[in-house]
Amino acid sequence: MTEQIITPSANDKNDTTTHNPETHNFDATDSYNFAYLDEQTKRMIRRALLKALAIPGYQVPFASREMPMPYGWGTGGVQVTAACLTPDDCVKVIDQGADDTTNAVSIRSFFARTAGVRTTEATDEASLIQTRHRIPETELTEGQLLVYQVPIPEPLRFLEPRETETRKMHALSEYGLMHVKLYEDISQHGHIATAYAYPVNVEGRYVMDPSPIPKFDNPKMSDCAAIQLFGAGREQRIYAIPPYSHVKSLDFEDYPFDRLRAPGACALCGADDSYLDEVIMDDQGTRMYVCSDTDYCSTRHERGHVGDQSDLFDSEEG
Amino acid sequence: MYVAVKGGEHAIANAHQWLGEIRRGDTLFDALSLDQIREQLALSVARVMAEGSLYDPDLAALAIKQARGDLIEAIFLIRAYRTTLPRLGYALPVDTSSMRCIRRISATFKDIPGGQILGPTFDYTHRLLDFRLAADGEIGAASKAEALSEDVPHILELLNRDDLIQEEELTNAEPGDLTREPLALPASRAVRLQALARGDEGFLLGLGYSTQRGYARNHAFVGELRIGMVAVEIMIPELGFAIEIGEVEVTECETVNQFQGSKTEPPQFTRGYGLTFGQQERKTIAMALVDRALRWRELGEDDLGAAAQDEEFVLSHCDNIQATGFVEHIKLPHYVDFQSELELVRQMRRDAATRQRRQQDD
Repeated sequence: MTEQIITPSANDKNDTTTHNPETHNFDATDSYNFAYLDEQTKRMIRRALLKALAIPGYQVPFASREMPMPYGWGTGGVQVTAACLTPDDCVKVIDQGADDTTNAVSIRSFFARTAGVRTTEATDEASLIQTRHRIPETELTEGQLLVYQVPIPEPLRFLEPRETETRKMHALSEYGLMHVKLYEDISQHGHIATAYAYPVNVEGRYVMDPSPIPKFDNPKMSDCAAIQLFGAGREQRIYAIPPYSHVKSLDFEDYPFDRLRAPGACALCGADDSYLDEVIMDDQGTRMYVCSDTDYCSTRHERGHVGDQSDLFDSEEG
Repeated sequence: MYVAVKGGEHAIANAHQWLGEIRRGDTLFDALSLDQIREQLALSVARVMAEGSLYDPDLAALAIKQARGDLIEAIFLIRAYRTTLPRLGYALPVDTSSMRCIRRISATFKDIPGGQILGPTFDYTHRLLDFRLAADGEIGAASKAEALSEDVPHILELLNRDDLIQEEELTNAEPGDLTREPLALPASRAVRLQALARGDEGFLLGLGYSTQRGYARNHAFVGELRIGMVAVEIMIPELGFAIEIGEVEVTECETVNQFQGSKTEPPQFTRGYGLTFGQQERKTIAMALVDRALRWRELGEDDLGAAAQDEEFVLSHCDNIQATGFVEHIKLPHYVDFQSELELVRQMRRDAATRQRRQQDD
């Protein structure tokens, strides 16, 4: 135990120069570096990102830092975003597809505060989108970055809890256990009983956890024009899918992968192709279905699309 | 109704305001000062410094105040602050044999060179509530004795002289640093000890206890437990020698454990090691027990399948900031995933009902 940390003396605590020797766009009230992380840490993360892009689907260990929000709240995604941001970026943050869920609001304001970057709710305006549990409905374009928050990066974890074992299985492409699991699902339930975090194979090599997105979103990962980056802070892993990579959801010839969504159309914008949230309206069990992607829904609404309860939209705005 | 499920900036701001108010409590009473916390809740401060892995009693006191006394929350505040600090350099290994001890005991010898020093311990207090404290009664100063001036050698070194205890290998290898490198398994002992030193007191207490109850029992006694101040020195390359930059209070525990010997080693005693910032006996003793249990492979012992022997299990789960984050995160919205499962369950129920109908028809 020779590791000792040198801390500045009490007098140095408010000395901003200890935090930030060299960067611009600096918020003096916070006395933290641009986008919070120091430049050394960003460099370490960027190296991991480059490696991850070079080996699609492979989990690269990285020295995840403690962030000022808890593990489980998106610290991996936040670190990846922080390492990728430039002052010209425009950031969108969604949680459950929505820009206005509490954690999305919190992370967006974190970057607005520590990096001073522009923020947006419009998918097509954003240069970087950080997401938890969804891929936007609007097709992503070249030049965009999609950053996923990942809780458990290891797709084999619940089949084999030991990292030391699963790393070997990946190295040897030993994915039989996963196929057996999917097969057993079918034999017991008649379906592959995985509705989210549905495993994929990237470019015919690594089996990868797509993060807990509903399997409805899986096909959007394949042949995607945007760069997809995945950050798991607590588990200290980064992985990536380069643009236009082939991403295949695992399945069998006689039980092909199928997307799953609540049937019907959005009650607010009438979309019948989007992923729907089920909202319980009263204690009689009345339900309505609305788009989980709030930007997609409101954009459609603005363009004149209506659902059968669109009046709620207007009352929300008013 | 639709609006109500959405959170938003306003709700967050209101929550923070309420938190601030409730943290302060009833303004009829004085606010706690950091000096009061640092001086009078010193063991809380010690735990926050140890598991926060940042030695700064004032900041730890601030964190405890800000966290409303929730020590894991306070540890989290310290960790998040610590990670932003620049590394100015690395200290030399602290020399605990030149510790200025306020407490030093050995369970394995009746008397020891330098003497047993009980120090400020709860050990022999009767756990009777002291109502004088409730009545703000001041308790008089303790009597003083002359401090020892010479170094205090470690007791287990005496056994070492007779070759009765396994000697730790001296290495000048640079120790790993979990806060700068991702944990790789298997981990070196230095990295394991770093993880345990930062690890949750309660988790290590439970694991250490489990070894005593037979889950990889290792027959431990406290060879020595010492608490006191040690000098922190840093090598200044321009000067060519080390200078002392300050002192830290640490607790150190060495256990002495029975060892039957193996194919290659004669029977001799072995050690477990614990070291933390501040006065933290419970944590360091538990740490030493777990450290010893994790050494089964190196000492040629059997893997008994016990939790405390399982390096990956222990190191992956001992950090309370990681643990509390992941355990608590399930209160965040998961309705998209839940919706997906809901649809799947509905689909499977429909299929099952169809099958049942078909069977009845047949």
